[in-house]
Amino acid sequence: MSKFVMPSLGADMEDGVLVEQLIAAGEKVTRGDIIAAVETQKGVIEIEVFEDGFLDEWLISLGTTVPVGTPIAIIRNSDVPDPPKEPEVPQPVDPRPDQRPDRTPQPVDPPEQPSPPEVPPPAPDLHGGSSDEIADDARARITPAARRRATQLGLDLDHLAGDRSKSIALDDLPAPSDPPDATSLSAMRQAISAAMTRSKREIPHYYLSDTVDLTAAEDFVTTHNADLPPDARLVLGALYVRAIAIALRSFPEFNGFFEQNQFVPSPNIHVGMAIKLRGGGLVAPALHNADTGDLATVMAKLRDLVTRVRQGRFRGRELSDPTITLTSLGERGVRQITGVIYPPQVAIVGIGTPRLRPAIIDGQIVARNMATITLAADHRVSDGHAGARFLRAIIKNLQKPEVL
Amino acid sequence: MTDANIRTIVTTQLGRIAPEIPIDSIDPAADIFEEFDIDSMDFLTLITVLGQELSLEMPEADYDQMRSFDALVSYLKSRDI
Repeated sequence: MSKFVMPSLGADMEDGVLVEQLIAAGEKVTRGDIIAAVETQKGVIEIEVFEDGFLDEWLISLGTTVPVGTPIAIIRNSDVPDPPKEPEVPQPVDPRPDQRPDRTPQPVDPPEQPSPPEVPPPAPDLHGGSSDEIADDARARITPAARRRATQLGLDLDHLAGDRSKSIALDDLPAPSDPPDATSLSAMRQAISAAMTRSKREIPHYYLSDTVDLTAAEDFVTTHNADLPPDARLVLGALYVRAIAIALRSFPEFNGFFEQNQFVPSPNIHVGMAIKLRGGGLVAPALHNADTGDLATVMAKLRDLVTRVRQGRFRGRELSDPTITLTSLGERGVRQITGVIYPPQVAIVGIGTPRLRPAIIDGQIVARNMATITLAADHRVSDGHAGARFLRAIIKNLQKPEVL
Repeated sequence: MTDANIRTIVTTQLGRIAPEIPIDSIDPAADIFEEFDIDSMDFLTLITVLGQELSLEMPEADYDQMRSFDALVSYLKSRDI
């Protein structure tokens, strides 16, 4: 028997709202299953369970805000489920009964194939498939702003989800009687402010920059994409991720967490991707194990991550896992970005917008696609000398895109 | 397919990628990246879904013919769908 608590999804998270219970009481859970969704300042985050067992009981009801560390469910680790039981304490009257978790007794049948509860949590048909199916198909998709308004208005998400292929957007919902408050943006700004203030207060940053010639990398992408359908094409950002991940193998002092007055290098390389959110703010969720597989693997992960972030839907682990961050300004940005480290990480790499600039090659002035690359790193862990070597290793990797 | 149909499909898909940008607020002849505040990953997503919906190959070499909303519609029309 263990308590499943409201997880901390980053240095800046203090509390969260339980907005979906994706597993009914009595059901089997397997390590890695997504069992709940929590709304934080950064949007709706899917929460995974970290052990095998049975979900014995939900301890808080939907819509409840609780601090990080508060138990929200009981996970029973035994192999044999106890017979289901009635709630011992009468439940308070819920003003939105449609959103209440199922409290009816569960069947005593093997929990692998439970019948659907009569009143399922927000989306129907959650109990027939894997968590991936749950995540991708069955659940009503809704933008965070729309979810907030639906909650304010007391609407049942199921009845809003006409077209399952589309997210429910703010415009799909009736306007609230009161003007909408500005909580979403200010909450996001507060979260960013808390993390960045802590960073600037605690981390003695040092900064390095250099110019990187991206002509070879861009040519490689163009050649690679020429005969491929769109879903197999690369973007330059995938090459940045690979170049950094491969360089980190030789520079562990930039990959890990500084916690409790010591640096612990990470055995895994999870590159946090700074992704802007439409409507304001940004998040930097992890592209996991960026040093394994190849460019196509990283591109598939990047595409999946960006798609889910833009839909306001990503997983809790993705926010807490990054071991380093990459912030890339894309093709419409400016020359240079000097990053602020996201604690407890110890480094952030920035890549400005590539542009044609004069370069000198073999004594000749030639036009090359150039970008400014920067490193902000933590002086408690490394020095400029190592930082310069790390930055040069990334630049070198980007000159040989075929081995990325 | 008529010009209007193509416009509807492109508008719908751009509406998914950039839901907060009203279609009637943009300059259809201006840079599509700027007008819809999209990046290369968004554009790739757009091309992927348009290619699938219209059963069209949209090679990267043709990207220069898709640099504005109007140009993209004309390009799709020229592909005789």
